[in-house]
Amino acid sequence: MITELGHFALVLALGVALVQVVVPLVGAHKGWAGWMQVSVPLALVQFGLVAGAFAALMHAFITSDFSLRLVVLNSHSLKPMLYKITGTWGNHEGSLVLWTLILALFGALVALFGRGLPPGLKARVLAIQGLIGVAFLSFSLFTSNPFLRMAQPPFDGQGLNPLLQDPGLAFHPPFLYLGYVGLSVAFSFAVAALIEGRIDAAWARWVRPWTLAAWIFLTIGIGLGSWWAYYELGWGGFWFWDPVENSSFMPWLFAAALLHSAIVVEKRESLKSWTILLSILGFGFSLIGTFLTRSGILTSVHAFSTDPTRGYYILGILAFFVGGALILYAVRARELEAKGVFSMVSRESALVLNNILLAVGALVVFTGTIWPLLAELFFDRKLSVGAPFFEAAFTPFIVGVAIVLPVGAMLPWKRARLAPALRKLAPAAALALAVAGLAWSVGTGRSLLAPIGMGLGAWLVFGAGTDLLARTGRGALPARLGRLRRLPRADWGRVLAHAGLGITFIGISGLLAWQVEDIRTAQVGETFSVGGYEVTLEDVSRAQGPNYETTVATIRIARDGREIAVLRPEKRVYPVQGMPTTEAAIQSSALRDLYLVIGDPQDNGGWAVRTFIKPFTAWIWTGILIMSLGGLVSLSDRRYRVAAGAARRGRAAARGVPAE
Amino acid sequence: MKRLLLILTLVLTQVAPPVWAVTPDEVLEDPVLEARAREISKGLRCVVCRGENIDESNAGIAKDMRILVRELLTEGKTNDEVMDFVVERYGEFVLMRPTTEGANKLLWAAGPVLFVLALLMAGLWLRARQKASGPGEEALSAEERARLDELIKG
Repeated sequence: MITELGHFALVLALGVALVQVVVPLVGAHKGWAGWMQVSVPLALVQFGLVAGAFAALMHAFITSDFSLRLVVLNSHSLKPMLYKITGTWGNHEGSLVLWTLILALFGALVALFGRGLPPGLKARVLAIQGLIGVAFLSFSLFTSNPFLRMAQPPFDGQGLNPLLQDPGLAFHPPFLYLGYVGLSVAFSFAVAALIEGRIDAAWARWVRPWTLAAWIFLTIGIGLGSWWAYYELGWGGFWFWDPVENSSFMPWLFAAALLHSAIVVEKRESLKSWTILLSILGFGFSLIGTFLTRSGILTSVHAFSTDPTRGYYILGILAFFVGGALILYAVRARELEAKGVFSMVSRESALVLNNILLAVGALVVFTGTIWPLLAELFFDRKLSVGAPFFEAAFTPFIVGVAIVLPVGAMLPWKRARLAPALRKLAPAAALALAVAGLAWSVGTGRSLLAPIGMGLGAWLVFGAGTDLLARTGRGALPARLGRLRRLPRADWGRVLAHAGLGITFIGISGLLAWQVEDIRTAQVGETFSVGGYEVTLEDVSRAQGPNYETTVATIRIARDGREIAVLRPEKRVYPVQGMPTTEAAIQSSALRDLYLVIGDPQDNGGWAVRTFIKPFTAWIWTGILIMSLGGLVSLSDRRYRVAAGAARRGRAAARGVPAE
Repeated sequence: MKRLLLILTLVLTQVAPPVWAVTPDEVLEDPVLEARAREISKGLRCVVCRGENIDESNAGIAKDMRILVRELLTEGKTNDEVMDFVVERYGEFVLMRPTTEGANKLLWAAGPVLFVLALLMAGLWLRARQKASGPGEEALSAEERARLDELIKG
């Protein structure tokens, strides 16, 4: 019964979304206040309905209702409760309902918090959100219905992929969806602005928090995914340039670019048309990611053609929204004339350079991701584009970002001179060079990766510090400290996010340059030495988990005779799926991770043991965490919270100014 | 299948998970040769996997390819000769780093060309912005000028 109610709620949500598109658009065109205002209750009702449908689906998973096809395919009665709940979105159909739920949530939030928005803009934004809702609700209902019943329910389900039974991965998709879908708000604002033919500082002030929120969620989502890969996959890789990863990385890069260009619109009323384009591309690449991962087209062109309905549907959605928005852009962008005048050396120009580097970097990732497809379709060549390409082709752009960033952050708006900014940054540059020199001397000297990466990371961190100090002005220390405390949160947020990027740089280059690896067969009781650590395989035993069998090794690690850690790596087998997984044991510390994996028993009675020493690995995720924290701090800035009221006042004063 | 990082792929394709890539019995005695083998393996794609190199893969064929690479190295072949041999046998598909031949030039050139174009466009636009006096910044509308004249005269 609950399942049927959920199904019905989803159908009803589609109906509500249709009304949410038509009525407010007509209202905004004709200037009928009532028709515009109806968008608010509609957005709230749509959220309620989709939430109801999602709750019903989750109920079926929690109660293990095996009359539901989706539950049979993706759940099992023995599964721990946490994974029964997260199993709701651990599959195509369920994750699509979650996607739609988050879309409706953002619509409802715009409806609730957008009180200060001009009624026409608000109605149009909610109508576009509704239109995206229509597309995805119909996609769900017509091609991927989660509520289909089984004619003959089996006794038990087929279980969830064991790799997904992990807290890191269980919460990775919701964060990514919050990011992808969050970009839809910027998209809706952009399209609404194009329809209205006007965009100003107030517009940017409304768009920025949403983009910032989406960027934070994407950052956390990508971070969770790479952290999961690190500890779960058994050899400690954290990024593979896999098409699926690239699909989340491209929107992240565009969101980062959009964040920065929206600042220029807000502060200087310039870069308007480019910001609109970025808003369209940001969400466009979210849709492209959805298409690439869900159509199966990347596995092979043939996998796509075996069941093309879903692929074509998403391609249709993609073509409609991105194509439609771009056509609208082509027609209307001319009307968005820039205002601010600025010189070649200025904060504006630095942000333009930032945008070029991020956007071109994202396009390089895109080209590499779809190249195998293009090569097969047009040149009849079956080839691969793997990590070596992306490392060679993408890295220069992110290195460019790192070089320019601290300088750009120090430049004043409008007209600047390079020399004073560089003079202030001289200590940071000296420190960064010192760090690079240290990295060079510590390393074996065979690779430039560590000195360059570490130096750039230090440049970013010290540059952020310089930025912070410069905000406190001149004078005595107590006065400067006082000013530091009163700095706007947006300043703190910027400094934190930039420093976080530097910390991630240090982590990645330390790991890539200095990792030590050891693979061997060890007898129980045997001690061997890896990178200055003495590793002893003490014991190997078997145990039983809730829904798996496991082999646990006890490994003691000592340095100079002093015990550092006892680690217990596991090798699990999930009988329902007949699938083994590795559970690496990791001892993490500030300067290095010890990473141990136990493998199969060998012919001579020993066990395969893999030992890794991974320097600076924890810095990667610490940096990502600090970046997202910086985003959060910036988001909590008073100026955003009062933006609605301030904008209303500003708007009233500016009334009568014609559309630009 | 170590590369299937994100949930969707895992969901959409039921695949074997990672357990082991290089096993101890494959490792060569000579550490220099082994290091070269690892380096080469990272550039070769496992033909049945989804975008994994043979160094990370657990598939049987990846193991065969790793052993082949090590045999060729022990025979005294150079890294390039080993690569060529494997590409000859399995096709261009196994190269993780695409060649720069033929249409692939487009792929490699895409980034630099786009970057230069973007810089040029931005440069031209910036120059225009530098000269242009934006409306509202300096220029007065006819109405405003009339009002100003009025004030001055007044």
